[in-house]
Amino acid sequence: MRLVLVSRRRISRQRQFATPVVALLVALAIGGLIVWLMGRSPWRALQVFVIEPLTDPWALQEVLLKATPLMLISIGLLFCFRASRWNIGAEGQFLLGGICGGGIAILTHGMSGFWIMPLMMIAGMLGGLAYAAIPAVLRTRFGISEILTSLMLVYVADLLLDYLVRGPWRDPKGFNFPQSVSFSDAAVLHPLFEGGRLHLGLVLALVVAAIAFVLFRRTLFGYAVAASGDAPRAANFAGFNEARITVLVFLISGALAGLAGVVEVAGQVQQLRPGFGQGLGFTAIIVAFLGRLTPVGATLSSVVIAVLLIGAESAQVSLKLPYDLTRFFMGLLLTCVLVGESLDRYSLEIQRERT
Amino acid sequence: MIDTLPLILGTILTAATPLLIAALGEHVTERAGVLNLGVEGMMIVGAASAFAVAVLTDSSVLGIAAGALAGLAVSAVFGVLVVYLAANQVATGLAMTILGLGLSGLIGQNFVGQPRAPIPPIEFPLLKEIPVLGKALFTGDPVFYLSLILIGLVGYGLNSTRFGLLLRAVGENHTSAHALGLPVRRIRFIAVLFGGLLAGLAGAYLSLIYTRFWSPGMSAGRGWIALALVVFAAGHVWRLVLGAYLFGGITVAQLHAQAGAIGLPSQLLSALPYLMTIAVLLLLSISGRRGSGAAGSLGQPFVPER
Repeated sequence: MRLVLVSRRRISRQRQFATPVVALLVALAIGGLIVWLMGRSPWRALQVFVIEPLTDPWALQEVLLKATPLMLISIGLLFCFRASRWNIGAEGQFLLGGICGGGIAILTHGMSGFWIMPLMMIAGMLGGLAYAAIPAVLRTRFGISEILTSLMLVYVADLLLDYLVRGPWRDPKGFNFPQSVSFSDAAVLHPLFEGGRLHLGLVLALVVAAIAFVLFRRTLFGYAVAASGDAPRAANFAGFNEARITVLVFLISGALAGLAGVVEVAGQVQQLRPGFGQGLGFTAIIVAFLGRLTPVGATLSSVVIAVLLIGAESAQVSLKLPYDLTRFFMGLLLTCVLVGESLDRYSLEIQRERT
Repeated sequence: MIDTLPLILGTILTAATPLLIAALGEHVTERAGVLNLGVEGMMIVGAASAFAVAVLTDSSVLGIAAGALAGLAVSAVFGVLVVYLAANQVATGLAMTILGLGLSGLIGQNFVGQPRAPIPPIEFPLLKEIPVLGKALFTGDPVFYLSLILIGLVGYGLNSTRFGLLLRAVGENHTSAHALGLPVRRIRFIAVLFGGLLAGLAGAYLSLIYTRFWSPGMSAGRGWIALALVVFAAGHVWRLVLGAYLFGGITVAQLHAQAGAIGLPSQLLSALPYLMTIAVLLLLSISGRRGSGAAGSLGQPFVPER
């Protein structure tokens, strides 16, 4: 007896939708088991991780705020992953975006003017874009794997941020804390509604998602990206230049991760300090796969993951569950999604050994 | 200077050993055609498990064994997914790294900051009296000597044994290997497990010998550097060894420069190993070795036709 994979001819629509949902439920069940093994009530954990963030209006706003950078980064990553270009350094591009956008805020500190915010966003996008261009060019010009270079640059970006907020950009009145000045009014994203917390970032993210949707559905470029991932040789023969697509998808994902960085520092943090990235650039990779590499899927999964992240924050306080449990859960979730994808493409059949 | 040189040599060897062990494992995995981006995760789970077991049983030997087995366990999950379910290797490897970082935090949470006594070194009488090199090479920890044995084992095993030949055939072209009747998936799975075992051992070395305490995230990208070393090796074990000791040297030089306060920001010095990795890959490419060395079927899932 042995297990064989049999290719499915086509994957039904229901299956495409159901797989990530089932993967999420399986991951939650395993997570619940672990919580139980750690001596806490899994029902109480479900309450804190899933139900409370969705029912409490204040928490719901926090969820959408957390989902915003995830949406921006994961939509960018779709372009890379669809084309089978493995940009796993979005966290670094995200940090660079925050550093460049935040740099403008620090340089214009005390000034006012409507131009400051757009300038920050442009600077952040250019920062992320330039940072993503490094692995892209190293791949196209020198044939170096983009996986390792993009990842190495995350550590470098982390150290650059650390240097800046401990060195030249440290707040002189900040009691030696490693943080910059608090941004002035003009460099902050203000709430859209009186008394609320939601800001322009979410609107931007939704617009970006809509543009990506149209690009993938209706344009030759979107088609070329997908084709070069699915059938690189065929795409080459069809005249889609491999190197140009590599550079383009990296620039798009870098710019969007950079924009996410500006939105995060101008909206949530309102200053530069170490660790503002919170690993969201890595989490966005999980979001992209949970959303089956589609813009609509990524938008929805950003919210799902954000619910769990907000739940995790309160579970640290109310259930004394360590944050590492959530990290572990995220890896588990991605694992379940990938198993699901395999079972979509192949059906498992048991074959009797011929004697 | 004459007095400190053997000491510095010793620290270079200690800094290089975990990189060397993890890279040797990944080298074998990649020769069989599987790209394992989970090395970092397997390494840190190994580090946490090794430390926890060593403290609980008060035995460093059991700790090292536990670390290696923990790496093996994570790699078994990875192997089932990429070898038997034909899952995407890049995404699955990342999943293992994310999962491993979280899991190591859970395993190690009660052990943060606890010190651990050093493992007594193995000393070779007479040989250790050799000036300069003697003390560094002949009063090392047991795992250092194990790593030297592993170099020979991997080099000999891959190049001069039947199994090594089959393993390389599977990595070079899985379709041909399958047509010849080789059990492609079983050989790949074994190669993945070997890589995981060594990644776990490298992690155990970090927490029990290199730093002798557990702190979250302590692998600090060493798993990724091990992956880069395999690219640098381009199929040759001797280049892998050279690369590992070169990186050990950079790590130690960087630490000495920080302690010596030579006026450069400490963050720039800390970034050196990562920047050097990129620089080395770039030099390798410019020197005309583009694309050479990697196994032909590297990264591609294999689904046998019925």
